[in-house]
Amino acid sequence: MFGKLTLSAIPYTNPIVMGAVAGMVIAVLAVLALVTYLGKWKYLWTEWFTSVDHKKIGVMYLIVGGVMLLRGFADAIMMRSQQALAYGHNLGYLPPQHFDQVFSAHGTIMIFFMAMPMVIGLMNCVLPLQIGARDVAFPFLNNLSLWLTVAGAILLNVSLAIGNFSRTGWLAYPPLSELHYSPGVGVDYWIWALQISGIGTTLTGVNFIATILKMRAPGMTLMRMPVFTWAALCTNILIVAVFPILTVTLALLTVDRYLGMHFFTNSFGGDPMMYLNLIWIWGHPEVYILILPLFGVYSEIVPTFSGKPLFGYTSMVYATMTIALLSMLVWLHHFFTMGNGGDVNAFFGITTMIIAVPTGVKIFNWLFTMYRGRVRFTTPMLWTIGFMITFTIGGMTGVLLSEPPADFVLHNSLFLVAHFHNVIIGGVVFGVFAGLSYWAPKIFGFPLNERLGKWAFWCWFIGFYVAFMPLYILGMMGATRRMDHYNVAAWHPLFIVAAIGSVIIFAGIGLQLLQVVVSIRQRERTRDLTGDPWNGRTLEWSIPSPAPAYNFARIPVVRDRDAFWDMKRRGVDLTASTFVPIHMPRNKGAGIIMAGFALVTAFSMVWHIWWLAIAGLAGVLVTLIRHAFDDDRDFHIGADEVRRVEGLHGRVHARSL
Amino acid sequence: MNRLKRSWFARFYRLLPLPATLLLGGCHWALLDPIGPIGEQERTIILTATALMLLVVVPVIVMTLLFAWRYRASNEKAEYQPNWSHSTKIEVVVWSIPILIIGILGTICWKTSHELDPFKPLSSTVKPVRIDAVAMDWKWLFIYPKQGVASVNEVAMPAGVPVVFHITSATVMNSFFIPRLGSQIYAMANMQTAVNLLASKPGTYRGISANFSGDGFSGMTFKARVLSQSDYAKWLAKVKAAPHRLDAAGYTALDQPSENVPVEYFSQVMPHLFPQIVGGKFAPGRMVASAGGSK
Repeated sequence: MFGKLTLSAIPYTNPIVMGAVAGMVIAVLAVLALVTYLGKWKYLWTEWFTSVDHKKIGVMYLIVGGVMLLRGFADAIMMRSQQALAYGHNLGYLPPQHFDQVFSAHGTIMIFFMAMPMVIGLMNCVLPLQIGARDVAFPFLNNLSLWLTVAGAILLNVSLAIGNFSRTGWLAYPPLSELHYSPGVGVDYWIWALQISGIGTTLTGVNFIATILKMRAPGMTLMRMPVFTWAALCTNILIVAVFPILTVTLALLTVDRYLGMHFFTNSFGGDPMMYLNLIWIWGHPEVYILILPLFGVYSEIVPTFSGKPLFGYTSMVYATMTIALLSMLVWLHHFFTMGNGGDVNAFFGITTMIIAVPTGVKIFNWLFTMYRGRVRFTTPMLWTIGFMITFTIGGMTGVLLSEPPADFVLHNSLFLVAHFHNVIIGGVVFGVFAGLSYWAPKIFGFPLNERLGKWAFWCWFIGFYVAFMPLYILGMMGATRRMDHYNVAAWHPLFIVAAIGSVIIFAGIGLQLLQVVVSIRQRERTRDLTGDPWNGRTLEWSIPSPAPAYNFARIPVVRDRDAFWDMKRRGVDLTASTFVPIHMPRNKGAGIIMAGFALVTAFSMVWHIWWLAIAGLAGVLVTLIRHAFDDDRDFHIGADEVRRVEGLHGRVHARSL
Repeated sequence: MNRLKRSWFARFYRLLPLPATLLLGGCHWALLDPIGPIGEQERTIILTATALMLLVVVPVIVMTLLFAWRYRASNEKAEYQPNWSHSTKIEVVVWSIPILIIGILGTICWKTSHELDPFKPLSSTVKPVRIDAVAMDWKWLFIYPKQGVASVNEVAMPAGVPVVFHITSATVMNSFFIPRLGSQIYAMANMQTAVNLLASKPGTYRGISANFSGDGFSGMTFKARVLSQSDYAKWLAKVKAAPHRLDAAGYTALDQPSENVPVEYFSQVMPHLFPQIVGGKFAPGRMVASAGGSK
């Protein structure tokens, strides 16, 4: 009846896991109780969960990313403390079975459920506003993408309480991840969590490509698009190009595990090397999917706070496209040590280092944007400068790793771990925080507290160096990754320093949580009444803050790059006297319901509860078909309502009042 | 004692002794303190590439801080050009500098990827020693095919003699790596990889698996002992005198997962054990008629 699922799947004998489970359950119950107490269920359902408004979907993505950042960081603290302790006779507090789950979960969460939601959240919040659109091309699909991502995140977290998570690293290399070596449900949780959220991401890619290509305001030619929009276009093209590869690779591993096939097993002609190729053909573009939008974010922030247009716009666009293209030609550098021979290794080594050229150009372009500008040191700008310094170092170690013979000694070492944290924290995470503090006034209608934001920045910045510079050194000392214990005396002090670094970052996260609370409490005083708090350059700053449901009362006409700057220069009047009804998509519950059924299916597949899996799948299909026949898809916001909202922001022409 | 042919940039490296001496001060930096020519060349690449890149990286970081400070909003004296956003001269420079550096690094990449291909035999007047290494759950088995002996979690090699390791896995993917000696390479089931190494300096060094392989991974270390010719002969004699033998039954017993395994010697090894492991004869779940049924 319940497949492999029995009561013994709950790890009640493990105090550490049960503590975490108790914390998680209490937190979830507290949230549920609070919502019930405040009587907000209906509000949440009608205004948020079923919302097809890209801005609200964006905020929900950001919340998912934020929550998962906390979960992933808890794993990080556990790893750093374990490795700070587990030297010599001290085995630390995490046995291998647990430690292996922790690093597997950390990587999976941080990439799929922290970084991806953050990046997609920012794109959702900002992109349609930047191109003068009223929503994305497929608003309902956007809602479905969100909930599929959430379903994946929930499934991953359920593994903490019921059964266990994968112990095979964030990419689950076979044959270790095959049934013979990983007979439990851990790998299955990993597969299904990624499979559902990955489909959501693919749909997002389709959605945003269509949005960018088809929904730009009149006059916004491709070469007039803001660089963030350009970066998002490249990212979403990459998503559509490579996420299907992930889906297929996971499916092949699934049939190996469920149907006894042998795509990647040791026996019957299975080929684990094929899995490494496939997973990295997706995996390497994936890191550019993460970083490119943040390059876009920095390209918005530097001009705004330097009071100048971006230096070398055309260069920047070509550099971005080049990176996107090259990112699909480098995957093999993840396994130079497989014995591919000189020609193959050299080819992929060189393609990899070529990426440093357009990336270097980008750094120079940001530099020369500051040059002869008026640089304002706001929080977003601090994150950006922190990024430029940190990312340059990460880029250098990356190019070093792309020399195959250097990789022969650095592969899988803590040097590698330091490198990718250097670019992901220094590039993606800093960029997300830069973007959040930059666009917060537009998203929420009030800014994030600057003082706490700056404190948080300094904690993250310093904490990063304290946590990861020792890892570079440890890598040079021959320390490999994923050790739950070691016997080398010289490593011990460095691991302790790294642990201290993670505590400093922890302080930064604490300050950010405080920053959110303080900013919300101060919102009446700090509300952005102008819509343009930073003296911005792009269209999102031309509308009130927070952006009204319909975004633009009138679709703007674009005449130049930095469209809003151009309007300000020409003295374009942002008020209007006549308004027309605005055609809008209607909120729909089918997305969250389908994702809920998908979650049921995935959970049942993990535990081999076949009847429930079939029922869940049927639920998905029935909901989909019902939704397809639902004709009540749109409505109009009346002209009076538009006038009322615009009036609140002083955007109705004085004579017509 | 034989020497590898020095590559052009190994000679170049001689001109750069300073960073090495500085960095080697503490001397726990395994990769910067190699004990053989492969590791030495890899160190050279690491230091050369780093030095070349620092030529750009340091100015970029300095310029970032300098520009940000000089053009801070409160500095009214600094020049302000609110519409300036293009300069062909600067564009040419910012594209050419990275292209130049990457051009050099790419050339190094092409040359050294071939020169240091782990499969490439080392040029030497001495005949290389062959050692077969098998990654198991969670220990390393070393087979000396010519001598017909084997050891677990300890491998000895004569100083100054090239060693060719043939590597496979009896289990999941691992990576065979002695950090101070140089190049690692994956150990994969049903497949054979190889790495040619040479140790010049006697001593006992850490050997590890550098690819996560499951619960016992952290304890999957081995002692790599580099011995003088006479000590090496003594070591072989010691192994030859060990009480245990590695026959099919012994191998099957060894194949059971075990963690933090102590050093063990086998005085005799069944013939063709390594090719049979590579051929999958002992592979779990594998139906091979000659194996007499699967485990």
